[in-house]
Amino acid sequence: MSTIKTLDELKAKRQEILARKAAGNGKTVINVSLATCSIAAGGKAALEAMQDEVAKNGLSGVEFMQSGCMTYCYAEPTVEITLPGKAPVVFGGVDETRARELVTEYVMKGEPVEGIIPVNYERVVL
Amino acid sequence: MAATTTEKKQIRIATRNCGFIDPESLDDYIAVRGYEALAKALTMTPAEVVELVKASGLRGRGGGGFPTGVKWGIALANAADQKYIVCNADEGDPGAFMDRAVLEGDPHSVVEAMAIGGYAIGATIGTVYIRAEYPLAIKRLRKAIEDARAYGLLGKNIFGSGFDFDIELKYGAGAFVCGEETALIKSMEGQRGEPVTKPPFPAQSGYWQKPTIVNNVETFANIPAIIVNGAGWFAGIGTATSKGTKVFALAGKIQNVGLIEVPMGITLREVIFEIGGGCPDGKAFKAVQTGGPSGGALSYKDLDVAIDYESLIARKSMMGSGGMVVMDEDDCMVSIAKFFLDFTMDETCGKCTPCRIGSKRLYEILDKITKGKGTPADLVRLKSLCENIKDTALCGLGQTMPNPILSTMDTFGNEYAAHVKDKKCPAHVCTAMLTYTIDPAKCTGCTLCTKVCPVECISGTKKQPHTIDATKCIKCGACYDKCKFDSIIKQ
Ligand SMILES: Cc1cc2nc3c(=O)[nH]c(=O)nc-3n(C[C@H](O)[C@H](O)[C@H](O)COP(=O)(O)O)c2cc1C
Ligand code: SF4
Ligand code: SF4
Ligand code: SF4
Ligand code: FES
Repeated sequence: MSTIKTLDELKAKRQEILARKAAGNGKTVINVSLATCSIAAGGKAALEAMQDEVAKNGLSGVEFMQSGCMTYCYAEPTVEITLPGKAPVVFGGVDETRARELVTEYVMKGEPVEGIIPVNYERVVL
Repeated sequence: MAATTTEKKQIRIATRNCGFIDPESLDDYIAVRGYEALAKALTMTPAEVVELVKASGLRGRGGGGFPTGVKWGIALANAADQKYIVCNADEGDPGAFMDRAVLEGDPHSVVEAMAIGGYAIGATIGTVYIRAEYPLAIKRLRKAIEDARAYGLLGKNIFGSGFDFDIELKYGAGAFVCGEETALIKSMEGQRGEPVTKPPFPAQSGYWQKPTIVNNVETFANIPAIIVNGAGWFAGIGTATSKGTKVFALAGKIQNVGLIEVPMGITLREVIFEIGGGCPDGKAFKAVQTGGPSGGALSYKDLDVAIDYESLIARKSMMGSGGMVVMDEDDCMVSIAKFFLDFTMDETCGKCTPCRIGSKRLYEILDKITKGKGTPADLVRLKSLCENIKDTALCGLGQTMPNPILSTMDTFGNEYAAHVKDKKCPAHVCTAMLTYTIDPAKCTGCTLCTKVCPVECISGTKKQPHTIDATKCIKCGACYDKCKFDSIIKQ
């Protein structure tokens, strides 16, 4: 890892990271909330079930990501799925059955699956 | 009020990245303009950074609400060979978990902000004081610090500016009082976590008697956004005296339990009904405890109050660190006050008499009242003891311990009166004062209740109305839960 010594180097690094992420566009991103409360509610089981279902169906172009708290304790485990070219959608109460359904119905066919949590905040993006 | 600039009730500044980036990836943080605020701050003078934070109006999110920029300015003005900046990640309030969520979801924002604060006051060492019960937060924070070091964003000569800064972790054993800043500093020095009198304030003489700034996790998490977006942007959100947003942890009798981040000045009604979805099972909202065990209960009368530091204090509560515990019609306010007192009684460090012994006496009086043995004279004693403790305790724990009692006595005085005068608990919570009877008009004589009564005090013949022998009933409520015909009356 090379060190970053100036603001310009930081900005260049950011562009490089953004470009790398953009190259991954066209992929489906499955983001599982893994904060303490989400893990306690079964977030890891949801992640594993989805990974297994993706493997079983031989899907390529699906990327998994782990993030922190999505702020919906009442609906844990929560999973955010971004289909290529679509807005991210957060699903709540993702037990193992729903996790598999998310892959086979939403990811593979774009079919709606229960448990969508509407966005109720405005986020400050720097 | 900026709340009107968006139809969405929540604005996420401190939690802007939580749930959106991989907290274990520095690249993910850089992708959302991470460390640009630090780079920018290092092109300014420390005094300019302090002025910017002052102009933003940011106030401490750990409870007291002291203006962050002013505090930094005091430490900057105090020359010393070594200064320290400390992140208070002790988070001891029951029902509060916003600091944990920020550290688990976006640790770099805290790391970056600590470096900015260090530069602003002239500190080269930062310490995160974090409770050992937060293993995942600790793990992610450690990784963030290591990665930042590897990129040269911590360490020597950051951004070629000549500024050196590094961060270490210190673990707390999880005592509530250790969140109080002077106790926290004692604990960091390896001593007992007991508060000491202020002044001197830590900004004058803190860790190893050097100027030390202690700030809360959420306070720090706001800093990079303020530096990047500007003081004016931040000051444009919120109320006249309270700028920006506040993260609350909604808990208790509320539909949507979880974290929310709302602009200062939002009303309790919006928070509890529009965001929180109101109380579950169609129950009526009764009160909300803000400010944790040191706060107070706000009632339905306060629903349209705009939340900010001053308006909460005016109602005998406080902002605190952001725990919000909602209560419904089934909650007894005397029992709630007793619950919080039980917590502070356990957590008092014992250094001063009003807090150590006063908490015990307060608890005893409340216990007596909930057992139906209280008298109107007890209410007078309760109140005067509360006021004495407030005036004489050494630290914030003792000074605020009576708040839940005082605020519930104020707003729900009729409930206290019912307990001591009529020997009734209007919410039907205080068991000792309940009576169970059977409504003969409704009872079908199904005999179910007789089977569950542990003391066999229900009698009757099949298909005939049953009766309860009140002298034997231990008020366990088993019959009440079992009866399918609503024939058991709980009063
Ligand atoms: C009993 C007691 C417990 C406290 N616990 C915490 C805590 O857990 N976290 C916190 O940030 N501040 C806590 N505080 C407030 C701190 O003393 C201090 O005011 C705060 O960390 C300053 O940071 P801020 O200005 O960013 O809010 C507590 C205060 C008292 C009296
Ligand atoms: S008020 Fe209570 S917690 Fe604070 S120093 Fe005194 S005994 Fe300790
Ligand atoms: S369970 Fe209810 S209806 Fe049945 S005997 Fe008891 S009181 Fe009467
Ligand atoms: S409350 Fe308990 S003890 Fe009393 S009558 Fe009902 S079941 Fe029996
Ligand atoms: S801590 Fe519960 S949802 Fe984040």
